[in-house]
Amino acid sequence: MGNFSYGSSGIENYALVFITLRPTLIAQMKKLVENFKVNTVKQLNKEFFVLGLQSEKQLPEILPGQFVQVKIEGSAKTFLRRPISVYDVDFMNRTLWLLVKIAGEGTKQLSRLHPGEHLNIIYPLGNSFSLNVKGKVLLIGGGTGVAPLLFLGKYLKSTHNITPDFLLGYRSKELVIEPEKFETTGNVFITTEDGSLGHKGFVTQHPLLYDDTKKYDAIFTCGPEVMMKAIANYAKAKNIVCEVSLENLMGCGIGACLCCVVDTVDEGNVNTCTEGPVFNIQRLKW
Amino acid sequence: MVNLTTNIGNLELKNPVMTASGTFGFGTEYLDFIDLSLLGGIVVKGITPKPRQGNPYPRMAETASGMLNAVGLQNKGVDYFIEHIYPEISHYGTEIIVNINGGSVEEYCEVAEKLNELDKIRAIELNISCPNVKQGGMLFGTHCPSAMAVTKAVRGAFSKTLIVKLSPNVTSIAEFAKAVEDNGADSISLINTLLGMAIDAKTRRPLLSTVTGGLSGPAIKPVALRMVWQVYNSVKIPVIGMGGIMNATDAIEFILAGASAIQIGTANFINPAVSVEIVNGIKTYLEQNKLESVAQLIGALEC
Repeated sequence: MGNFSYGSSGIENYALVFITLRPTLIAQMKKLVENFKVNTVKQLNKEFFVLGLQSEKQLPEILPGQFVQVKIEGSAKTFLRRPISVYDVDFMNRTLWLLVKIAGEGTKQLSRLHPGEHLNIIYPLGNSFSLNVKGKVLLIGGGTGVAPLLFLGKYLKSTHNITPDFLLGYRSKELVIEPEKFETTGNVFITTEDGSLGHKGFVTQHPLLYDDTKKYDAIFTCGPEVMMKAIANYAKAKNIVCEVSLENLMGCGIGACLCCVVDTVDEGNVNTCTEGPVFNIQRLKW
Repeated sequence: MVNLTTNIGNLELKNPVMTASGTFGFGTEYLDFIDLSLLGGIVVKGITPKPRQGNPYPRMAETASGMLNAVGLQNKGVDYFIEHIYPEISHYGTEIIVNINGGSVEEYCEVAEKLNELDKIRAIELNISCPNVKQGGMLFGTHCPSAMAVTKAVRGAFSKTLIVKLSPNVTSIAEFAKAVEDNGADSISLINTLLGMAIDAKTRRPLLSTVTGGLSGPAIKPVALRMVWQVYNSVKIPVIGMGGIMNATDAIEFILAGASAIQIGTANFINPAVSVEIVNGIKTYLEQNKLESVAQLIGALEC
């Protein structure tokens, strides 16, 4: 593979992180195309809504960090599917939830769905966060990036008996996403850019990150790239294991089109959709 | 029982539906969705002599009824293909056609010569139309003497079926078709993507890292149909049509315009099972119209 450098992190550190945290089995899960019934369309505020989708069949295994590719019907402007993280899953009731930010034409169309209508999705896609984590875990989300962290937090709580800390950043109080769901899963710390709720500023300015009694064993983060890069730098400086979930533009979501690539230290450009969306920061050329 | 077989030079395909290079990986990416042996053929991702990292992200932009891409032939090189990929994909029960690329005539020939040794590779698609590389690619496909020279040289290096994939970014596509036919091509596939671009008015920046990229999807179908029809009327060798095919009706339109086979590209991204659905749709069309074979449809356009 040749001409790459591991940078200042060092290959030993890189390898160690993978042995200790990477699950030996990133399941080669079968991808399905399925029409889900829209059960609920819950508008949270002017930017975010949650789609509750129910399958006729038993759901396959779906892991925190994985995503679905949603088909957008009926407009020439919205040609491709939209990748959306899984926000929550109820396997008993064959239901999964997607948190969606109204960002453009495609997500606007999704927000106009009605209960009883159907939505075609390809799922489950991508890898998951490392799920063999131990100790104190911090989940840092920004805006719609909080979606995979709720699912991850619930998973860690139910299967590992870990109560995570959530550090969630929003622009203002009106945009805070379903606080009760996060509060029943872990300890929640909020920042808003305008100071209308919680600590004023960005997540990277929250006192939690400068509290030396906290000593986190792992940080998982999803949100705007500039935020995740700042978190990655923080984690590197503190020598904390850190994984980020990327939101690169995708064509297919199944590894065929090679559009969603991210540059890695070991293999150069790799697909975010199949090698990610979750990456250990040591693997990225950040 | 309708006869779906079609001939591309000496190559007989079980049906006229192939998947287009760069949209179907190496077929493995689609194993969860379809039985690959139901396809006429798979044209795998473009191969170059040496590994290529491709262009920087962002490489994709959605546009009205289509998309732009600027992948730039990211691949692990011909030797990696022969050693690691070929052994895995040669048992799919469909024709595996390799799309070949190079920065010079010599590079194209190097890839062609190596692939000529592989039993299960019975055809290659000579890509002289990639719009996303600085050297080679479309430079050969938009300059007629270069197109002739590279076709002639690769013809000398590859003894099996040679398909040449043409660029639509030319004034007269028929001229290029005749030129590659005269220099040993067994078949012509068209169209590759149309050169285009997209701009973000908010940031005042291009949406692709390379500024320009290749447009695909239904947005280009009328252009593709026109070019397939013009080429069909200019050459004697079989034509493989592609450009925005989303369903069986689109595919039949290309066959009526003169295509002996068709390729499905961007549609695979939206519906990963679309290629097999199109095979079934063509069969149904033939049955409903009381036709015995695909051959009866090829070029059957009534003007």
